[in-house]
Amino acid sequence: MDDVAIRVDNVSKVFRLPLEKNSSIKSAVINFYRPHSRSYEQQQALKHISFEVKKGEFFGIVGRNGSGKSTMLKLLAGIYSPSEGQLQVNGTLTPFIELGVGFNAELTGRENVFLNGALLGFSRKQMQSMYKDIVEFAELERFMDQKLKNYSSGMQVRLAFSLAIRAESDILLVDEVLAVGDADFQRKCFDYFKTLKRNKRTVVFVSHDMGAISEFCDRGILINDGVLAFEGPASKVADEYSMLFMEKDETDSDRENKPRHLGSGAVRINEVNVSVSEKEIMVGAKARAKEDVDEMLYGFHVIAQDGVEVTSMNNRMINVADVKDIKKGDDIKFQWKMMNILSDGKYTINLTLADGSLKSLDFFPEAAAFRVKRKIRSNTAVLPPISVKHDITQ
Amino acid sequence: MIGIPQHVFSKKNRALLAELVRTDFKLRYQGSVLGYAWSLLRPLLLFIILYLVFVKFLKIGSGVPHFPVYLLLGIVIWNFFNEMTVQSLGSIVGRGDLIRKIRIPRWIIVLSSSISALINLLLNLLVVVIFLFINHVDLLKTTLWLPLILLEVYVFALGISLFLSAAFVKYRDMNYIWEVVLQAGFYLTPILYPLSKITNLTFQKLIMLNPMAQTIQDSRYASITHQSPTIYHVFEGGWYKFIPFAIVAITFIGGLAYFRKQSKYFAENI
Repeated sequence: MDDVAIRVDNVSKVFRLPLEKNSSIKSAVINFYRPHSRSYEQQQALKHISFEVKKGEFFGIVGRNGSGKSTMLKLLAGIYSPSEGQLQVNGTLTPFIELGVGFNAELTGRENVFLNGALLGFSRKQMQSMYKDIVEFAELERFMDQKLKNYSSGMQVRLAFSLAIRAESDILLVDEVLAVGDADFQRKCFDYFKTLKRNKRTVVFVSHDMGAISEFCDRGILINDGVLAFEGPASKVADEYSMLFMEKDETDSDRENKPRHLGSGAVRINEVNVSVSEKEIMVGAKARAKEDVDEMLYGFHVIAQDGVEVTSMNNRMINVADVKDIKKGDDIKFQWKMMNILSDGKYTINLTLADGSLKSLDFFPEAAAFRVKRKIRSNTAVLPPISVKHDITQ
Repeated sequence: MIGIPQHVFSKKNRALLAELVRTDFKLRYQGSVLGYAWSLLRPLLLFIILYLVFVKFLKIGSGVPHFPVYLLLGIVIWNFFNEMTVQSLGSIVGRGDLIRKIRIPRWIIVLSSSISALINLLLNLLVVVIFLFINHVDLLKTTLWLPLILLEVYVFALGISLFLSAAFVKYRDMNYIWEVVLQAGFYLTPILYPLSKITNLTFQKLIMLNPMAQTIQDSRYASITHQSPTIYHVFEGGWYKFIPFAIVAITFIGGLAYFRKQSKYFAENI
């Protein structure tokens, strides 16, 4: 049992949210006379969660916004106390949930370092011996006697991070640190995580960034609507998390978007499937003709998450013959294939069928959705295979 | 009693407490030209006003020896009680950012604001000492009791502070209520007027049951003049004289218990 750092046993958390935020004696008096009136709403943020974090483990907690993962972290930190169940933490724990908590804008950078250090559990003496390193790492030597309110947000984050990594406790809780800061800062974060991992520190890490989760975490849990939905190796957890969005997309389109075919309806697409591999994306579809059609061309569009059309293509553009002499009741199968050079992200596909004079027969927006996973992180729309080399001439 | 864990004054907690007090102090006179000098100037100026109004114009304390200092000591102790409870009342809510994001012992926040008030009290007492010399008050042996009397005031104020700061998280009208209570308390306590001005003996006795009245009169008796009536004199002995101490003890224990019970839910209620 000694190798367990954190044990969460059947923990539930219920928040009582007042229906109208009227925290006054008056309402307390009124409620005193009406003991059964419920002027608050119960919100169950977590339901019967159990898991264990082993010592030296890099443990991920993922979930959508509002799923309860931050509540879980605050329970672990001892900021909230559970409504039900038990939490057991073996060892000291860094209480930081966010960077720069307790920073005071009216104090100088130097004074903030000492205040923040005390919150981390360091004495003034310890802080004095670390002070130089902290300031150097944050690259803020020239600014330490200025008030924090005159710092840029980037400078504040650098100072906060430089302090946070001094934490010596057995267990570290890290929440969404990567959401702030520029690329350079993120690199520093990743370097720090690598060090933590090398040193076999126990870390509980909450993030939306599945790349980071799969890269650093050994194991993790997925929390969905306050329920522990999955527990296992980090890469599996990341997959399950992505699935959550796919399912959500499908149910959304089932509910609202179907049938959302546009066009004359002479031919109607009734089946779509997508398969995505490392190298190739293949879209297959089936349609049935409701009327006779002489000529028909077929195309597709790939739309990225931000609405940008990544590519579109129809058979004429690449000199493939149209579908000819369609009779009412015919079933037609189509296939589009493209090299997968898309970067990491979610995509949707629009399908379109048109007759010889380009009059739309069936336009099917958001016919299907798929996800591309890449190890290389890139903000560009496409990620074609690129090789690089260099030469230096002296 | 209520099971205070042993690490209450661990090295870490002491360091944090010191740093919070230091921050409070730095921020207090932030941006003012005279800075810390205000800690001494404020009681000094206050004293001049009181002296002019009560000693020169109204001549209230003509029968009491060294009335100006007598008055000042009462005011200083009451101001300490006032400042400490008012500051502590808002301390938990005011540090909501810390409470919601960090696990630090919650009582440290109340304690740090109480220590800020305590430091101010010591500075104010310095001014009182200066006037003791100016007024040629003979140094009394009983002055040695003063720290104990002040400790009683501190414990009383701490009990109230713990209760108020926790209650304020839930009920935001607490500060208005407390303002009125303080105002009433100020006039019910013999601060501006000597106790002898109250001729009804029953009222005199009732007034002296208030721990603030008891401590202020005791401290005047101990350090300025033995002519200052204390609870012992008012009741002429008897066990009644222990009532103020009992009130202090009950207030402290009750305040602490309430605070401990509520502190679990500070983060979600703020």
